Amino acid sequence: MDDISRGLTHALQLIVSADPAVMQIIFLSLEVTGLALVISTLIGVPLGAIIGLSSRARARGFITVLLYTGMGLPPVVVGLVVYLLLSRSGPIGALGWLFTPAAMIAAQIIIALPLVTGLTMAAVQSVDPNLRLQMRSLGATRWQETRAVLREARIGVIAAIVAAFGGIISEVGAVMLVGGNIEGKTRVLTTAIVLDTRMGEFDAAIALGIILLALAFVANAALFALQRRAGD
Amino acid sequence: MLVFVTAMSTSIGNLSSTARAAENTALRLATTTSVVDTGLAAFIFPDFERACGCKVDAIAVGTGQALEIGKRGDADVVIVHARKLEDQFIADGHARERREVMYNDFIIAGPKDDPASASTAQSAAEAFKSIAVVKAPFFSRGDKSGTHTKELAIWATAGIAPGKAMPWYNALGQGIREVLLSANEKGAYTLADRGTWLSLRSKLPNLRIVFGGGSAAENPDKDLINRYAVMAVAPDKHPGVNHPLAVKFIQWLLQPETQQKIGRFGVDKFGQSLFYPCAR
Repeated sequence: MDDISRGLTHALQLIVSADPAVMQIIFLSLEVTGLALVISTLIGVPLGAIIGLSSRARARGFITVLLYTGMGLPPVVVGLVVYLLLSRSGPIGALGWLFTPAAMIAAQIIIALPLVTGLTMAAVQSVDPNLRLQMRSLGATRWQETRAVLREARIGVIAAIVAAFGGIISEVGAVMLVGGNIEGKTRVLTTAIVLDTRMGEFDAAIALGIILLALAFVANAALFALQRRAGD
Repeated sequence: MLVFVTAMSTSIGNLSSTARAAENTALRLATTTSVVDTGLAAFIFPDFERACGCKVDAIAVGTGQALEIGKRGDADVVIVHARKLEDQFIADGHARERREVMYNDFIIAGPKDDPASASTAQSAAEAFKSIAVVKAPFFSRGDKSGTHTKELAIWATAGIAPGKAMPWYNALGQGIREVLLSANEKGAYTLADRGTWLSLRSKLPNLRIVFGGGSAAENPDKDLINRYAVMAVAPDKHPGVNHPLAVKFIQWLLQPETQQKIGRFGVDKFGQSLFYPCAR
């Protein structure tokens, strides 16, 4: 219990003093996860809508199972596959991304994309089918129809983004492998927590954990505000 | 949305420029965890970074993983401590030679009351035997690290093949610090390098060194010497590596000033060196 209360004090000290090393770690965490989330959203929301609205039921069933399986991908396996792809001996090693933030973003996109796509698809499917029928009878184009359905399903779509954010901001296995936890370069909150734990610096680890939770709270509060506005 | 996109494109720009800069002026080092976790890396590497005007990107993993990273050409240089695996690495052509940088020694840590009386043993193998006889809990790294490799060698000398069939033997599959902290919680024996032991000792109130003496010089079993070697990844096998910088790094690591500094590390804090220089 002492460790946890010391961790809380430590966390406050780190935040109040704006410790530059910690700030850098926080900033990189937000940058990596933020970019991965934006890219996953830009791809996953339209993709989920297209799949959800597709009339080919059998193909959709198969894709649904694939997507739901993708939601359960173990981050370490994603990390390992991305590592092998980006390794200098791997097929796209020439990019030079291994042990850089770019590799971490790539891994997090792979983790987040099935979540955004799958949950968007589910949200779109739960929209009243009569809406589409009405729109079609009014002569709406396919594009207009999709947009209208997405607007109707926006609460579920934002929930999809929230789920993906939670999945990747707290993820450690993949970023550890492909980022290498290099100080000042690829060290993010989760990998720093692992390092502090390994070093027996439990209160520092708890402090970073509290900062991570606080960040997640702020981000989710923002998304919730967006969701509520969308609901009105 | 526009703000989002602008922020995104600047971020991507920043990231790719970091990646490019890393390509030119960073030395990528895959190293065994003890070098980083004890604080040695932070103590000596800045000198090299100043001298060469570059960054040392240290990736701290177990010896097995460090060599695997080297084998794939993903590191320019490796620092590890498992002689057999190093010889294999060279035999496979991933490096031309190994240079010893420093050593410390392994110790057997165990519960303060030492139920196996391991402290009366004459050798590490004998101490392991006494642990096996009373079936006292033993925590193994179980992760192909240098320490794990050493531990298995000692069991082999003791004529014991530990495994799942022995409930007192636990392969944790974690780093040495987690294993020591867990052993402290559960009152188990384990093998650790003295550097890590010293740097973590204040957090291990329930453990003591049951075999290995007070310093490397006092260790009764000379087989417990733990040698750290550095190897530059061979550029003919892995053309992508920064070989010139790796060679410079090794020269710097072995030069007298660096060697003396390695020997000084930790003396003020722990009363003795965590690593002893042994360049050759």
